[in-house]
Amino acid sequence: MAEVLVYVDHVDGAVRKPTLELLTLARRVGEPVAVALGNGAGDTAAALAEHGAVKVLTHEAAEYADYLVVPKVDALQAAVAAVSPAAVLVPSSAEGKEIAARLALRLGSGVITDAVDLEAGDEGPVATQSVFAAAFTTKSRVSKGTPVITVKPNSAAVEAAPAAGAVEALSVTFSAAATGTKVTSRTPRESTGRPELTEAAIVVSGGRGVNGAENFAIIEALADSLGAAVGASRAAVDAGWYPHTNQVGQTGKSVSPQLYIASGISGAIQHRAGMQTSKTIVAINKDAEAPIFDLVDYGVVGDLFDVVPQLTEEVKTRKG
Amino acid sequence: MSLRIVVTVKYVPDATGDRHFADDLTVDRDDVDGLLSELDEYAVEQALQISENSDDDVEVTVLTVGPEDAKDALRKALSMGADKAIHVEDDDLHGTDAIGTSLVLAKAVEKAGYDLVVSGMASTDGTMGVVPALLAERLGVPQVTLLSEVSVADGVVKGRRDGDTATEQLEASLPAVVSVTDQSGEARYPSFKGIMAAKKKPVQSWDLSDLDIDEDEVGLDNAYTVVESAAERPARTAGTIVKDEGEGGRQLAEFLAGQKFI
Repeated sequence: MAEVLVYVDHVDGAVRKPTLELLTLARRVGEPVAVALGNGAGDTAAALAEHGAVKVLTHEAAEYADYLVVPKVDALQAAVAAVSPAAVLVPSSAEGKEIAARLALRLGSGVITDAVDLEAGDEGPVATQSVFAAAFTTKSRVSKGTPVITVKPNSAAVEAAPAAGAVEALSVTFSAAATGTKVTSRTPRESTGRPELTEAAIVVSGGRGVNGAENFAIIEALADSLGAAVGASRAAVDAGWYPHTNQVGQTGKSVSPQLYIASGISGAIQHRAGMQTSKTIVAINKDAEAPIFDLVDYGVVGDLFDVVPQLTEEVKTRKG
Repeated sequence: MSLRIVVTVKYVPDATGDRHFADDLTVDRDDVDGLLSELDEYAVEQALQISENSDDDVEVTVLTVGPEDAKDALRKALSMGADKAIHVEDDDLHGTDAIGTSLVLAKAVEKAGYDLVVSGMASTDGTMGVVPALLAERLGVPQVTLLSEVSVADGVVKGRRDGDTATEQLEASLPAVVSVTDQSGEARYPSFKGIMAAKKKPVQSWDLSDLDIDEDEVGLDNAYTVVESAAERPARTAGTIVKDEGEGGRQLAEFLAGQKFI
């Protein structure tokens, strides 16, 4: 069976969930070979083997943290040369897409970004994408070279599928371009204790209707009762009520959780672009005419300051 | 000292219009109004600010690859304050993908001459966000991308990149490719004076032969990816909508419990 390279997104050896999802999709098109780079690369092997990696190629070097993107492209290129895979899969983070694009160019290959599903086809993997603010679903494939495809978080369920996960050292020679962009400092984001927005199974978002930074506490309380991540519309972010890192929409994060709860969000096209592929959509809004109600599975026309706290209390009661 | 900045911009179908695909599965541009991609306005703004904050002699050129109407995007950028514009237009470009577009942009940027390329974080139609990285790879210069703050001094570009797990400070020597996010600073509105001045600013037109690009390197038939099908997403079946009369939160909880979320 053909091998498929899976680029591993990890923080100091802790594998992030979208990579585990990728291993599920990779098994549909071949045998997953994972590539883990940088500090803690070797520590990823157990989690990767548990989820289907037959092999884990690792390389640790300071360059991965000290310089932007290019060292990782050099390493993936070396892995492609070593393995000759049927495809390369990369998580669709901002950095993942940049790595994938540069790799594809070097390989003389096409690149597909933000796939939401992947299946084997007669002429290589076929990727499903959701475009024009999720108004259309397309199926595409790479027609030249080794397909390089980035996949959005929450596109597949994480499945355990124990495999050998044999660790091998990858040999990497960095290109002259590798040290072009220096990372002069890095400040890790302070953990809120909540799930990461793009990876979360449930997202609770607030918008203009939340009407003030201090009122986001009631959105956070609902999120915490459900074990959810907190999102915000662009209006709320631009007003300074919530950090940009939590913005859902065309210019923020694109999310695709099992459940999306929009509170005080009217549902402008720019917001819909970032959440319309959510499996179940719920909205709470005073305005019965708000376009968000066209999308919902369940909507409550009402004041979020009444509805959200009542919902939070009820969730806590039911969860005991 | 002088600093030559090239800003790459895209003319895109209005996201609030009814966007759809043409028969060849490329984006239908005829039925929806086009405009300068909102995210590229931030790139124009940052280029103008770099120019205004510099002691050097700075020239800001806006560059687009696109059909005849794409001149509208260039006019908007010129009316904001860019000095001149380049329009790469050629019938053979129809259907060119991101890899091909990066080739055209790279050749055009090289022909124009540059010290710094400034791009938006992504287009508002394809939303891939890969062209700045591809352009840096093609040009063989550093990529300093997804910046929420950017500054240029003494031949060095610095910026802040807000990632998923960390905020990074970046630094590279010119020449370089920069992309900026919508957090970099609100784009200015063109003034009446700016709009009048834009009419007199030069817009150069180049085709593929001006850039030494073969027709078999670009276009739909030579794309590196194939769209096999595009289907309109079925309208969502109408959901349940209730009016809150004191029980809205509890009714919603009942729905969520029924869906096994609680």
